[in-house]
Amino acid sequence: MKYAFFLGCTIPARARHYEMSARAVAGKLGVELVDFPDFSCCGFPLKSSSLKGARLLAARNLSLAEEQGLGIATLCSSCNSMLAEEAHLLENDPGALEAVNAGLSNIGRQYRGTTKVKHFARVLLEDVGLDRIREAVTMDLEGLEIANHYGCHYLKPTDIYPGGEEPENPSSLHRLLEAVGARSVPYGYESNCCGGPVLVSHEDTALTMAKQKLDRIKASGARAMNLVCPFCSVMYDSNQKSIEAKFGVNYQIPVLYLTQILGLALGLDRKALGLNMNVVKTKTLTEEIQR
Amino acid sequence: MVDDTEREKAGRDFAGLIAEELGTDRMYACFECGHCTSCCPVRRVDDRFSPRKIIHMIFLDMMDEVLAGDTIWLCSSCYACQEICPQGIKITDLITSLKNMAFQMGHAPQGVAMQADLIRTHGRLYVLDEFDLKKREKAGLPALSLEIDEAKTLLEGKQ
Repeated sequence: MKYAFFLGCTIPARARHYEMSARAVAGKLGVELVDFPDFSCCGFPLKSSSLKGARLLAARNLSLAEEQGLGIATLCSSCNSMLAEEAHLLENDPGALEAVNAGLSNIGRQYRGTTKVKHFARVLLEDVGLDRIREAVTMDLEGLEIANHYGCHYLKPTDIYPGGEEPENPSSLHRLLEAVGARSVPYGYESNCCGGPVLVSHEDTALTMAKQKLDRIKASGARAMNLVCPFCSVMYDSNQKSIEAKFGVNYQIPVLYLTQILGLALGLDRKALGLNMNVVKTKTLTEEIQR
Repeated sequence: MVDDTEREKAGRDFAGLIAEELGTDRMYACFECGHCTSCCPVRRVDDRFSPRKIIHMIFLDMMDEVLAGDTIWLCSSCYACQEICPQGIKITDLITSLKNMAFQMGHAPQGVAMQADLIRTHGRLYVLDEFDLKKREKAGLPALSLEIDEAKTLLEGKQ
């Protein structure tokens, strides 16, 4: 279990706690993450202005991992979809591969089309496996009620994720939480969009989308939210206060990364999991768990 | 660049241009059932946005209204419509194409153009500095390159 670790742009700048907790969990579960300081932006944020440019960035990143004979593990769902989409295309379309290599030759690179891309959550589910996670639990979460947010690019487009799950009825996060004793609370919007990509052009619309989900989660009685993408976290954690102020509502819902929740169950401490860096305070929640 | 004169010279309507850009004319299979709009999470909160209407406007050759308008930028690229379309039209990819055309014509929202500039100049959306590297070091995280020169070179002169 050895992967090229793809951080993308948002995580090093705005979500170091996600990175810290993922590294800590990987260490506990025997997943080796290899660092590539020269990975660039995945390409996703460039897609709306230049699909061609976005694809070249993705292909270069894929070629760096290929050179070391490694698959890529991502933490960000949008990085995951951008890289997986390009990997899927270049694996199956020789014409597209040739065109991309014409671009890559300007920087002295070539891509053969062999890199596989996986979200870190799926590395945990498929490579580590639920049994091994269960065995590593030192603090069962004892039915802690959590609302899962799958978001979009972790699941879709389905044609780039062969053997993936049904976007309308996903279960991977439910199963991972169950393995550490937490309970997933249904609220009906689990795979709905966070609104993040609209934030740059239509802030009100984006915040209203995030509000709809937070309303439902509040009503479900869940103690915290679980997610696997730093941009989704910007919407629900970083922007939760602005949403509360804008709409005159009160949530105070802690928003944790999957790796932080699993890390707690694996006996890692708050500091190692960066739990002091979540915007909505997590202290009361972790005290309840650790009591 | 897409403009009316070139388009007329090439004898293509708006739909034809998009089909060329996408490399597929699957879009013509749309019978405007509206599944795309009814499942759209943006539409649920903002009725200015409708993928069905955008496709309808394409068939009516309303290129300026679509590309200079504000609505294509409401698409969150969540793929809900693309997954549900009974005609197998890659609607999210189609809207991405429209955004690319609009960007080339100078119609992109300021934030989108700023993001593009940052990535083209630094290889990253959020530029890292020495202070970020210090924070990383303090948290026990490995150093990262501040500038990705290869990415910059790769994107030079690419639209």
